[in-house]
Amino acid sequence: MSANLSAIMYLISGVLFILALRGLSSPETSRQGNLFGIIGMVIAVTVTFLSVGNFSSGFIYVLIFLAFGGSIGAFIAYRIPMTAMPELVAGFHSLVGLAAVFVAISAFINPEVFGLGTPGNIKLASLIEMAIGAAVGAITFSGSVIAFLKLQGIMSGAPITFKGQHVLNALILISIIVLTFYLCSTQSSNLFWILIAVSFLIGFLIIIPIGGADMPVVISMLNSYSGWAAAGIGFTLENTALIVTGALVGSSGAILSYIMCKGMNRSFFNVILGGFGATEQSAADKNKEQKPVKSGNADDAAFLMKNASSVIIVPGYGMAVAQAQHALREMVDTLKKNDIKVSYAIHPVAGRMPGHMNVLLAEANVPYDEVFELEEINNDFANADVAFVIGANDVTNPVAKTDPQSPIYGMPVLDVEKCKSVLFVKRSLSPGYAGIDNDLFYKENTLMLFADAKKMTEDITKNL
Amino acid sequence: MEIDPFIFRLSIFILSIFVGYYVVWSVTPSLHTPLMSVTNAISSVIIVGAIIAALSGGSGIIFSSSSIFGFLAIVLAAVNIFGGFLVTQRMLAMYKKKKKDK
Repeated sequence: MSANLSAIMYLISGVLFILALRGLSSPETSRQGNLFGIIGMVIAVTVTFLSVGNFSSGFIYVLIFLAFGGSIGAFIAYRIPMTAMPELVAGFHSLVGLAAVFVAISAFINPEVFGLGTPGNIKLASLIEMAIGAAVGAITFSGSVIAFLKLQGIMSGAPITFKGQHVLNALILISIIVLTFYLCSTQSSNLFWILIAVSFLIGFLIIIPIGGADMPVVISMLNSYSGWAAAGIGFTLENTALIVTGALVGSSGAILSYIMCKGMNRSFFNVILGGFGATEQSAADKNKEQKPVKSGNADDAAFLMKNASSVIIVPGYGMAVAQAQHALREMVDTLKKNDIKVSYAIHPVAGRMPGHMNVLLAEANVPYDEVFELEEINNDFANADVAFVIGANDVTNPVAKTDPQSPIYGMPVLDVEKCKSVLFVKRSLSPGYAGIDNDLFYKENTLMLFADAKKMTEDITKNL
Repeated sequence: MEIDPFIFRLSIFILSIFVGYYVVWSVTPSLHTPLMSVTNAISSVIIVGAIIAALSGGSGIIFSSSSIFGFLAIVLAAVNIFGGFLVTQRMLAMYKKKKKDK
């Protein structure tokens, strides 16, 4: 296949990838979009085979490895529970990162195949692109592994901080630039290996100080990194499909990080520098005396909801942990039978990744036109009778509007307190991930339901 | 004076960033999770580099130091491609509208 023809085919697959993302603007077109993505991928892989044109025994091995990886991927995709989606995405990011590192290593060892010069005499531009691709890929890999371990609960979600952390990180980042510079002037393979090792280290160090609740930002950021790594390799390989895709994924991840940061009213740097909620407010809250709390059982909750004419459900990470989405939908079905209007309110940072709650509700067969974003529904709380908060906490805390001293001050929150009554399903009075007390617990019209989210929802359904 | 082909690629790159920017802003927030899984899948188009690397030995040597890295990268990217697209499809299949006959 001629180089020009394959370049055009790669461009077509790049365009198909754009259409794949475009399809996601609405659930109706999204399935078609995914199909475009698959076609784009098939084109890219086929064109690569044809342009290499080497159908020797090596080709058989390529197919074997492809089928091997593909069946693992397919197996995971079918077996993974929807609640584990954040871990899955973090895990997949690490694979993209590592693949980028491997391709860069291969290109460094054997540059002739890629038309980049000879070992020890690689074209300067290619070497820089390769170094960037490898470094960003390595950061994506180790960062995603840490994010995965934190989300999976293998590693504590608490931020790990130590003295001089930021100085150390800054020094390592500078050393990456210096190493790249010397790598280009000496073409030394030792420097290339050191560069990769140092990048693995910094990826690890960047993610450990970031706490569990900031995971939506971290995952989006790593999503973005995986894109930039792909783009770096795309420049090395002079491949349009990779460059286009890298740019798309890079900007997509960056936008998602921005949306998540805005959802928490925090700057990107504030999140990255980490250690949120570790120090400032713990002392201030301890001297607060125990305030009275009204707690109830499933019977009380059922009574309140039966007499309501509209109910708004506010799901959060706790719903995912308790796998309560199906039980919740059953409860809502019963409410609807009693002619009670029900809608769902989703905060942008509810859960552990962008759109986490929406997927879980969709899994439980909740129609997506009953699910609303914060801006769409926030005015409705004042007219609703009952707010049913299940597994959410910080995103409902009115302190974000009233107390400038609070670490979450200014964060957009759901105006749950405006409802006539608030039902709060929670296992205990413990503060949320931001480590701050929620005033909502002590309000006149709040009824705390201390139980596992799934069990409580089931009990309420029985009592309705 | 001739323009370096690098400049063409850079132009494609910059324009794609802008395309990505506008396309992703139009993605509905409820589909942000599928967005992440599908971007994951498409960024695995890095497999094209892995295939070139794996076949670098020509017909003589199948497993050289550089092709081994290529083969490993193929496995990783393949996990992502199949896993990413299939899990996205599984998720998107769940998004349903309210039944009209209610």
